Amino acid sequence: MDLSFVVVQFLTGLASASNLFLIACGLTIIFGVTRIVNFAHGSFYMLGAYMAYTLVGPLMSALGGVVGFWGAVLLAACAVGLVGVAMEVLLLRRIYRAHELFQLLATFGVVLVMQDLVVVIWGPEELLGPRAPGISGSIEIMGQRFPEYEAVMILAGPAVLGLLWLLFHRTRWGTLVRAATQDREMVGALGVNQGLLFTGVLFLGAFLAGLAGALQLPREPANPFMDFNIIAEAFVVTVIGGMGNVLGAFLAAFIIAELQAFGILIFPKITLVLIFLVMAVVLVIRPWGLLGKPEAPSGHGFATDRPLRPLSGKGQLAIALLLAGLLALPLVVDDYGLNLAIEVLVFALFAFSLNFIMGNGGMVSFGHAAYFGLGAYGAALTVKHLGAPMELAILAAPVAAAAGGLLFGWFVVRLSGVYLAMLTLAFAQIVWSIAFQWWEVTGGDNGLIGIWPSSWASGRLVYYYLTLIICGAAIAVLWRAVFAPFGYTLRAGRDSPLRTDAIGIDLRRHQWLGFAFAGTAAGIAGGVFVFSKGNVDPGVLSIPTSVDGLVMVLLGGIQTLTGPLLGGAVFPLLEAYVMPLTDYWRAILGGVIIALVLAFPTGIVGFFDNRAHVASEAREP
Amino acid sequence: MNTVLQVERLAKAFGGVKAVTDLSFGVEAGELLAIIGPNGAGKSTCFNMVGGQLTPDSGTVRLSGRDITGLPPRAIWRLGVGRTFQITATFASMTLRENVQMALISHHRRVRALWPKANGLYREEAMAVLARVGMADQAERACGVLAYGDIKRVELAVALANEPKLLLMDEPTAGMAPGERIALMGLAAEIVRERGISVLFTEHDMDVVFAHANRILVLDRGRAIASGPPSQVRADPEVRRIYLGGAAEPPEPVS
Amino acid sequence: MNRRNLIVGVAATAIGLAGLTGTAKAAEPVKVGELFSYARIAAFADPYRSGWQLAIEEINDAGGVLNGRPIEVISRDDGGTTADAVRVAEELVSREDVAFLFGTFFSNIGLAVADFAKQREVLFIAAEPLSDALTMAQGNAYTFRMRPNTYMQTGMLVDEAAKLGKTRWAIVAPNYEYGQAAAANFKKLAEEKMPGAEIIIEQYPALGKIDAGATVQAILQANPDGIFNALFAGDLAKFVREGQTRGLFEDRTVLSLLTGEPEYLDPMKDEAPEGWIVTGYPWYDIDNPIHDRFVAAYQEKYGDSPRLASLLGYTIGYAIKAMLDKAGSTDTDQMIAALEGLNMSTPIGPMTMRAIDNQSSLGAFVGTIAVKDGKGVMVDWRYADGADYMHPEAEVKAARGDQ
Repeated sequence: MDLSFVVVQFLTGLASASNLFLIACGLTIIFGVTRIVNFAHGSFYMLGAYMAYTLVGPLMSALGGVVGFWGAVLLAACAVGLVGVAMEVLLLRRIYRAHELFQLLATFGVVLVMQDLVVVIWGPEELLGPRAPGISGSIEIMGQRFPEYEAVMILAGPAVLGLLWLLFHRTRWGTLVRAATQDREMVGALGVNQGLLFTGVLFLGAFLAGLAGALQLPREPANPFMDFNIIAEAFVVTVIGGMGNVLGAFLAAFIIAELQAFGILIFPKITLVLIFLVMAVVLVIRPWGLLGKPEAPSGHGFATDRPLRPLSGKGQLAIALLLAGLLALPLVVDDYGLNLAIEVLVFALFAFSLNFIMGNGGMVSFGHAAYFGLGAYGAALTVKHLGAPMELAILAAPVAAAAGGLLFGWFVVRLSGVYLAMLTLAFAQIVWSIAFQWWEVTGGDNGLIGIWPSSWASGRLVYYYLTLIICGAAIAVLWRAVFAPFGYTLRAGRDSPLRTDAIGIDLRRHQWLGFAFAGTAAGIAGGVFVFSKGNVDPGVLSIPTSVDGLVMVLLGGIQTLTGPLLGGAVFPLLEAYVMPLTDYWRAILGGVIIALVLAFPTGIVGFFDNRAHVASEAREP
Repeated sequence: MNTVLQVERLAKAFGGVKAVTDLSFGVEAGELLAIIGPNGAGKSTCFNMVGGQLTPDSGTVRLSGRDITGLPPRAIWRLGVGRTFQITATFASMTLRENVQMALISHHRRVRALWPKANGLYREEAMAVLARVGMADQAERACGVLAYGDIKRVELAVALANEPKLLLMDEPTAGMAPGERIALMGLAAEIVRERGISVLFTEHDMDVVFAHANRILVLDRGRAIASGPPSQVRADPEVRRIYLGGAAEPPEPVS
Repeated sequence: MNRRNLIVGVAATAIGLAGLTGTAKAAEPVKVGELFSYARIAAFADPYRSGWQLAIEEINDAGGVLNGRPIEVISRDDGGTTADAVRVAEELVSREDVAFLFGTFFSNIGLAVADFAKQREVLFIAAEPLSDALTMAQGNAYTFRMRPNTYMQTGMLVDEAAKLGKTRWAIVAPNYEYGQAAAANFKKLAEEKMPGAEIIIEQYPALGKIDAGATVQAILQANPDGIFNALFAGDLAKFVREGQTRGLFEDRTVLSLLTGEPEYLDPMKDEAPEGWIVTGYPWYDIDNPIHDRFVAAYQEKYGDSPRLASLLGYTIGYAIKAMLDKAGSTDTDQMIAALEGLNMSTPIGPMTMRAIDNQSSLGAFVGTIAVKDGKGVMVDWRYADGADYMHPEAEVKAARGDQ
């Protein structure tokens, strides 16, 4: 490895770092002030590229190459900034009083809508923009050619960092933003118009995402995959740097980009997992990122003053009726209907197990798919490599998931809040990449096929009842555990870690066990799932599966017990019925999510629960 | 020996600022010891070192002769130390009874039980404790909806649940109306006296302190500057100078 | 350019049926299930759907199949995941009661649906999946594949490379099944057909996430004299731009899978990498009456030029007809028997469905990229008949066992 190569590769890494920083800094600013985990940030980025594509042609012919190009880039960024404002005013503002996760859910709805909207407006094909005029060639650095555009990009990151510093330290608005990042309540107390501040911050964050997207145009064609390809990276950079910390994001971007630039020389396949490895390591060592500050204790936002009540007589009757209905279901539906019912039961258990640690325990997981997937793979690998029958293999599902839960949970419970959530994501992505890459064992991204039930259970009818028994029993056990000391203790830890510790409870250890317990239940769901589908691939471990779980829990109602069950049931059905309607089913799904968030900002069951509560309070003398 | 708590040469600094320096004192069985001092005197730091929330830089904390220095709060609790917090820490989503039951469940080491219903366990014991602090009639209400003064009482109930030999009360009456303060502290004093529990408490309200403390320890800038029965402390010129600005006299006991 | 059908295939087909004669209306349609990742990869899905819709419309206009029965395609989005795809397949089979299934794009989905087909004993004709496994180790009697697989297309490129005598090779491929398989095939075939060739560097960026500058620089540093590329779509465009600016492709032979397909070539416009040896589809340059008719009908109906996916969809439509004509019924065993060894003509030449692995002999075009009138085209191309590049029979038997 000669010196000139090392220098040029380092510079190449710097250019990538600038790019990563530009993508992440808007996200971190938005989070710092509003605490919104903005999933739509990737969509803003993608929109920036598309807008720039549209603007760059007319502007370059009207204003000349250089002015036209950079004018188009800035105009595109501004336009995306306005889209951010629109999202804040029309959507987020209406749900600020809901839990922060509902804003995440709302932005996820925006992601789905935007994905299809882009295809409707610009078409599905990639759109290659022009190179940047005047800097489309290369310069010579120690005998190696280096693209001029990349050289300019190396400067773009620090330039934006500097401008942001000036904005935050030399303007009143910027000072407010910094103050709000450090202490939201205080700014409210100072009489600052919070709505206006948030709108401005959304503009700035979306503007920066749009700018990053527009600057990407000379590098890659605008395409409808840009959002998903970048969103995970954006979060990782933000988290590694410390959420809300712009300088931290810069540092994180630098570390990741350089590790990547040199890492691929030794491990050509490393890009798949590198960022998540880095994130896991950083979070284990520094629980709040490189430059981040400790957050409020975990679970704070979930605290409710509503005690857990066992089912009323009416509730018990409803459950009995539901159970009777499920038992009688095969009388009224065909094989496909049973198929859907199996999926509903599986996801009801998946969502319920997620809520066991999330709503009940105050630990938000962005990586619950890991345990679902470990269960699925545990069962599938037992079939494939040990030749075990279903009866035996399905037992491997909870075992594999429990092992994963114990291993990862040990690290996870040492963190709190968003960082905890991001560490669960990192572990899930690491498991995903192992499944994706380890061809000999897991079948790589093709996955494993031929995982069907034993012959006695291969009919849909029998398998449906088997699913009903297994998932029903698992839900019942979890339900019982919520009311048992085990679940109460998790809830105690959510309500007040200080008091929990002061009454002799080793909270961390208990949360660890709770995390593994919920993971085990998710693994059971995964095991049942794999035999219903006949195959497993890394998709079950992927971010979309984890996000689906979140959507189910939140849509149903996080502070309720029946909510996640309802969410788990409704979501797969919604998908199954919307998907055949149109190619734009994702937009419809996103629209439904947004509508539900606006209509039921505490989840569907949560909403009716609250109304019933208010009504009963009103009846009391 | 009847010394329940013995603190020796305790010290703690935060980033070079000495919060507590060379602090030694003891609490005898059945004694109520108050720690007083102006803001920043090191009261809470001292408290948190005894309770285990903070680890001392040096010095030892002994409970009935046993070294508990640096143990986590949960271990100290198991050795018989209950505590209340300056800013209340209760389980907002649980009823009063469940709050006490949680402490009892932990006391009986059953937090990992998966089957029994938590709110069916140790029900009578919990109700008895709540009754003792005068909250039995509100046992089924959620802690999160209670008035602040009532939450303080719940905290007291939770702290008493495992029958501690030492009770740590950090500003037990902070944020309460004057009448309530006297009532709450009177209740606490009554309970600890009937059960022979030793108490270490801090308090801003001098009425409360002089009404109930057997002995008073005065801290200033992390050091003990005076210690003794209320009458002696009240007469101490040093205390008068730094604590009362030399002007007013500490109040007479109300007894 | 970006015409899309808002209505799903079933509706489109119904409109097509409305124009049929009275006799055809009277006959009960042959219901066929189709599934594809329409939303996830619309750029490929739309031309593909246009292709099969055109074929089905022509077939139905000409009197349908099985004594005048029209074909009715029930088309579904497969959701882009294996789990969704299997659910959709279940719906098509058990609720819509279709005679057989065709479609899918991604290899993992193709394999999952193939396995479902085997479990439910339903015929499945895979459209786009390239994975060798589909017809090799994980193949089954119920699954057939239309498109030349990765092994075949790599073989076509290696044949060209063997003439050039380059020995120091770099491999760059996306890090997932298709890219890995392409790389493995290249290594294997290079060893057989290019004596003295060695692989000096391999780069496997994650799909859609290539760090193009670093990757190009790493290859430059190794200084190969030939590059085998399996990148496509956004990754490809990034790689090409970065490589051109840094001079990676100067004086180096580049073999590139799929790059000549209009799907990937067209978006690069005048920046298409000249001189690359690629597989693809030079529809603008093919001179035979069947193909001419296909292109004319396609352009007439859609006002757009065909992509490779269009041709593939169209060919599947006619393969379905040929199969049903030969089978004489929609009985699964008879349809399978008809497909095995089926001979038919396609717009790009004759095709046989090889019975031992259910792989069609449809070929691909191999040529060199040039830029003409501001867009990339393939020149000096030849049609490589798939029959010459299929897996050797002994390997098939070894891989598929005694299926």
